[in-house]
Amino acid sequence: MKLYGGGKIITGLIIFFFLVTFPFFLNIGKVNAKPEPKIDTPEIQKLAEKKCIEPKAFMRAEHMKLLNDWRDFAVRNGQRLYVNSEEKQFTISLQNTCMHCHSNKKKFCDECHNYMAVKPYCWSCHIAPKEKES
Amino acid sequence: MSMNRRQFLKIAGASTLLGLGGASALNALRGGELEASHVLTDEKALNAKRWAMVIDVSKFRTEEDYKRLTKACHSIHNVPDFGNPKDEIKWIWTDTYEHTFPSQPNEYIEEGIKNKPFVLLCNHCANPPCVRVCPTKATFKRKDGIVMMDQHRCIGCRFCMAACPFGARSFNYKDPRLALKKEEENREYPTRTIGVVEKCTFCFERLAKGLVPACVEASREAAKAAGGEPGMYFGDLDDPASEVRKILSTRYTIRRKPELGTDPSVFYVIGGEKNA
Repeated sequence: MKLYGGGKIITGLIIFFFLVTFPFFLNIGKVNAKPEPKIDTPEIQKLAEKKCIEPKAFMRAEHMKLLNDWRDFAVRNGQRLYVNSEEKQFTISLQNTCMHCHSNKKKFCDECHNYMAVKPYCWSCHIAPKEKES
Repeated sequence: MSMNRRQFLKIAGASTLLGLGGASALNALRGGELEASHVLTDEKALNAKRWAMVIDVSKFRTEEDYKRLTKACHSIHNVPDFGNPKDEIKWIWTDTYEHTFPSQPNEYIEEGIKNKPFVLLCNHCANPPCVRVCPTKATFKRKDGIVMMDQHRCIGCRFCMAACPFGARSFNYKDPRLALKKEEENREYPTRTIGVVEKCTFCFERLAKGLVPACVEASREAAKAAGGEPGMYFGDLDDPASEVRKILSTRYTIRRKPELGTDPSVFYVIGGEKNA
């Protein structure tokens, strides 16, 4: 079997391979900083029991669903009291409840969102807290 | 392996059932994590079958009487002021008699009424055309009669603006944050974003906390300071003992464009003394 124009094809393939794998080569050996959301705000430090409204594992995995539900409860059903799995009550509000404690949006929300390249549009309307860190 | 039609259908049916059952079992397991959590309405919250407002225009005399309401409302709801009518966002505003009650024209009407500004806001109609035309249900009617806006769902089509016969809706042609000063923002309430429609919500967020709407509170406070009656009343139209029903049963009130059949919930007492 004869490969016609083999030189060109193989050079082309090598260039193509290099272009496609370029991002991997570029980042080889570089440690990709793991996102580490911080919770050391003055408000959280003041808490007697440093606990979010639900267990950490749940919040980490499902906070977006919880926020979505909260939005419907507050805006559409007019229900503004959330009773958690331990029967504790919280006002349903992103700005006044979540961000009251997590007053470090850049180090808390953005940390993972930037890493995962997700851009939730919460903040085009909801006012982000003034950045605080202790 | 050979298979006849009957066998094939049996196997296909069984695997479909299994698939459906498996999915629902999986969902049940996933959702079961937070079974104990639920939501409640605050006990302090004000409730009604149909919220309504009565505006006694005779109580509005000076420029300050109107400004007070607009300021109270627009400052707590982060309503921007772009300073030009094209980009104007208004939740509560004023207009002339002729524009407010166009179906009751009267060439020879009393001078005092002719030139008087009338306080206007969303009428929270019982039969709201804006709700009917909204393609995403971003605007909807709550159980307590409030015509509510869900900014998360608004796609900015402006059908509601075309449908509303009272001009109660404003469109964000620009990012409202351009005209809001950082230090004047109410950090407890969101702003809006470019490309959504907004309007008065009868202060649903204040009702949930047991407070009356901001404009009503402002006019009550002003009346208290001046030692008179307030210009705005708020209450349940369905409750014969409510503040609004008491006024409606003793004074002559009119509504804007009732002939359109939207059944507005904002009533106006035009001039005159108490005749009860």
